Amino acid sequence: MLTADAQDRINDFVIKLANVNGTGSASANTLLMKSIFRMGIPVMGKNYFPSNIQGLPTWYEVRVTRDGYVARSGRLDIMVAMNAETYARDLKEVNPGGYLIYDSSWPRPALLKRDDITILGVPLARMCNETFKGVRARILLKNIMYAGVLAALLEIDLDVMRALLGESYASKKSLLDSNVQALEIGYNYAREHFPCPLPIRVARMDKTSNHILIDGNTSAALGCLYAGATVGAWYPITPSTSLMDGFKSFCQKWRVDPQTGKNNFAIIQAEDELSAIGAVIGASWNGARSFTPTSGPGISLMNEFIGLAYYAEVPAVIFDIQRVGPSTGMPTRTQQGDIMLAAYASHGDTRHVLLFPANPEECFHMAVQSFDLAERLQTPVFVMSDLDIGMNDWMCPVLDWDESYKPDRGKVLNKEQIEKLTRFHRYLDLDEDAIPYRTLPGVHPKGAYFTRGSGHTQYGGYTEDSGEYQIVLDRLKRKFERAKSLVPKAVIDSSGNDTAIISVGSSDGAVHEALDILRRRGLKLDYMRIRAFPFGQEVEKFLASHSVLFVVEQNRDAQLRSLLTLETPVEKSKLRSILHYSGLPISSSCIVDGVLSDLGNQKRSAVG
Amino acid sequence: MSFIAKPKVAHPGLVKNELGLTRRDYEGGMSTLCAGCGHDSVTAAIIQAVWELSVRPEQLAKLSGIGCSSKTTAYFVSGGHGFNAVHGRMPSIATGANAANRDLYYIGVSGDGDTLSIGFGQFAHAIRRNINMLYMIENNGVYGLTKGQFSASADVGSKAKRGEANVQPPVDPVLTALTLGCTFVARSFSGDKEQLVPLIKAGLKHKGFALIDVLSPCVTFNDHEGSTKSYEFVRDHYDEVVHTDFVAPAQEITTQYAEGEAMPVTLHDGSRVLLRKLDPAYDPTHRGKAFNYLRDKLRQGEYVTGLIYINEKNTEFHEVNNTPTVPLNQLPYEQLTPGKKGMEKIMGKYR
Repeated sequence: MLTADAQDRINDFVIKLANVNGTGSASANTLLMKSIFRMGIPVMGKNYFPSNIQGLPTWYEVRVTRDGYVARSGRLDIMVAMNAETYARDLKEVNPGGYLIYDSSWPRPALLKRDDITILGVPLARMCNETFKGVRARILLKNIMYAGVLAALLEIDLDVMRALLGESYASKKSLLDSNVQALEIGYNYAREHFPCPLPIRVARMDKTSNHILIDGNTSAALGCLYAGATVGAWYPITPSTSLMDGFKSFCQKWRVDPQTGKNNFAIIQAEDELSAIGAVIGASWNGARSFTPTSGPGISLMNEFIGLAYYAEVPAVIFDIQRVGPSTGMPTRTQQGDIMLAAYASHGDTRHVLLFPANPEECFHMAVQSFDLAERLQTPVFVMSDLDIGMNDWMCPVLDWDESYKPDRGKVLNKEQIEKLTRFHRYLDLDEDAIPYRTLPGVHPKGAYFTRGSGHTQYGGYTEDSGEYQIVLDRLKRKFERAKSLVPKAVIDSSGNDTAIISVGSSDGAVHEALDILRRRGLKLDYMRIRAFPFGQEVEKFLASHSVLFVVEQNRDAQLRSLLTLETPVEKSKLRSILHYSGLPISSSCIVDGVLSDLGNQKRSAVG
Repeated sequence: MSFIAKPKVAHPGLVKNELGLTRRDYEGGMSTLCAGCGHDSVTAAIIQAVWELSVRPEQLAKLSGIGCSSKTTAYFVSGGHGFNAVHGRMPSIATGANAANRDLYYIGVSGDGDTLSIGFGQFAHAIRRNINMLYMIENNGVYGLTKGQFSASADVGSKAKRGEANVQPPVDPVLTALTLGCTFVARSFSGDKEQLVPLIKAGLKHKGFALIDVLSPCVTFNDHEGSTKSYEFVRDHYDEVVHTDFVAPAQEITTQYAEGEAMPVTLHDGSRVLLRKLDPAYDPTHRGKAFNYLRDKLRQGEYVTGLIYINEKNTEFHEVNNTPTVPLNQLPYEQLTPGKKGMEKIMGKYR
């Protein structure tokens, strides 16, 4: 591969930091990323961490991207190799013309050589040991020191970094001083020993002013806060845990009554996911907005209750922060492997509403929307995020709140309305919109009914009568049809091309970049990003109007493609899969290669 | 089950409670259980208790799991919402429902299979969370709907209808609840309405998780010779440890209980449970002693009934979670959102 011109690499390169888990590298890596962001330059950060508390290898990837791409590019320009255990593979990974920075306090394995990259040694441990006391401080500050080295090499504004440290340690003066000192030692060492800055470097821009760096779990938690959710129930599971942590901290700030000191929320850490979803269904049945964050294994456990909520028509909001399966899989790696599981969760004829956020901004808005949809449709709604969106910091536009928002509580009868009824029938399609009326416990004895997962009539009574059973089941099907017009529409970029890409969720960022790359190579493609299930009319139209459709998704079995073939009349052979399921977020190069090799083969077969 | 629906006629002579409602106003749908089922007696006791307490029908939320026992929530107080959940998972529904609205009375009706096998975990954790509810186990030692398999409460040596003897030791819900720190633990017998009604009233008024394990013989699959949960066996092995009377807050304590014989326990709302001790050594406010007493009696082959343990000085779920007196499901949206200004503030941290 050719090395790009130095000028081309300003604000366009990838740094990877290889560390040992539990050594406090996260704060140094965040500092690095955020200071570049504060210099007005778009950044992307991905954390590849192990399912471990201390000792296993961990990597952090920072992509500096002047064009504002949000996905991995697939290349690597600078490696900071801080983990002796992974040194050999870290060295191999650097693209020719790139750089590797290592701790030269100890001799580097002589056998591992590369002549096509520049290797820079910095005696980080030695300098730390000479300056700081205590094992803990030395380990932690070594990380800040390499951030200082990078600041000199890449020309990152040291004042911006100092300011960020000041914000982090506002109340801990001694910590602030030692951190700044470590930063400056690294910075000065690099200035003295290396030709600074490198041709690969940053330069101030003005592209991040109305933007934030936020992870999807935090923004989804913020969505729950703004939706007015009052009951959250959960069982801790990676990578969803930070969603409830976020909700809790937002609630502690915004939901504690200033007069009484009482909590206008309840968070239930359940004994397992079965109980968590049960509590959500119980609270929603009783008229509180309620949700649970979980991941694939949790959804597997929740299946029975999900079917009950579907059939008894109880709202519920479930956040599935997807991780790598099957089984326990790789809990700290990302995948879009729960699409089929969620779409048809539980036994019998069930189908569920799914929302697919592509980034933290959409996590926020779809979180709010999921409560409205769940209550409007009286059914469980899944927000299908994943580890990449949920746990990595993404650059997004600043979130804005529309003050005119009013929660859509759906068709719930109040006391006066119930009073006027001669008789209340829970599952009767009075308005012919396939959505019946609900009542809440405690409101009026005439509104009382019996919620059950067993066969019931449209009047709410128990039945084993075929006809009565089918009336309700058929209406549920019509209700799902009706959801098509209520869920978020697919985002379509169509300019009359015959070939197109379809993707979903976090694959979106990589597709956007791939489309640009392909266009530069003279290949123009249309694009549709699906944002919800059931698929709306626009999805079917798009499928019908293209003859080749690449379906990009992050799982082995082409689950989105399967769902499209099952739920639309699309001709199966038109859908060609580009699949990525390594556990790392999909890169744009994976999509470019996938499209080119497929179209190349097609040409070859046409010729041959 | 009966196929004749009872006509809904209000006889002018029927006794009315404080709300002007008769017992008929607290009835539910027609039972579909076998004639003579102990569960129907429990249903009748519940109706009597809530009528006597003058609970508004809509204030009662009736929750259950799956099984014969769980069907019974449809047979009382049709003016209250019912939720027939999935097998063994009623406690989690109760947890969420109670979190959303603390103002209702929650009564959960479960069975020995529902509670002690498939739902054992949820049962334990609802006790641990101390959900303010009355949890009743209609305990017959057998799986009725699937035609007579042993449940986890079946005693060793107890015989199934076809003669097969149970070999696995039973789980005792009362001992379990005591161990877990349950704040109201009682046991009764479906055939003893006089004991059961005051216990149900006290359990509903108790602040925190109240358990009543009701031995309720299965007339079809577990009422034969050799069964330890038959009517005959239970009547013969019955040790009433304390006799319970429930006294509403407005009423004066009657003087029929002499000092030393009666032990009044004041509930959080001012009402009282009067415990008339049958065994002078028994102290229902001492968890350790209660546990030992139960074990001693069990060794003698006797089931201790009555209010076995009570602790009114507990902190229930809402106190632990510091929730407001206004139920969470009734807070206006304006009180729940930080608004546009709040968002601007929140965003500052992520810039």
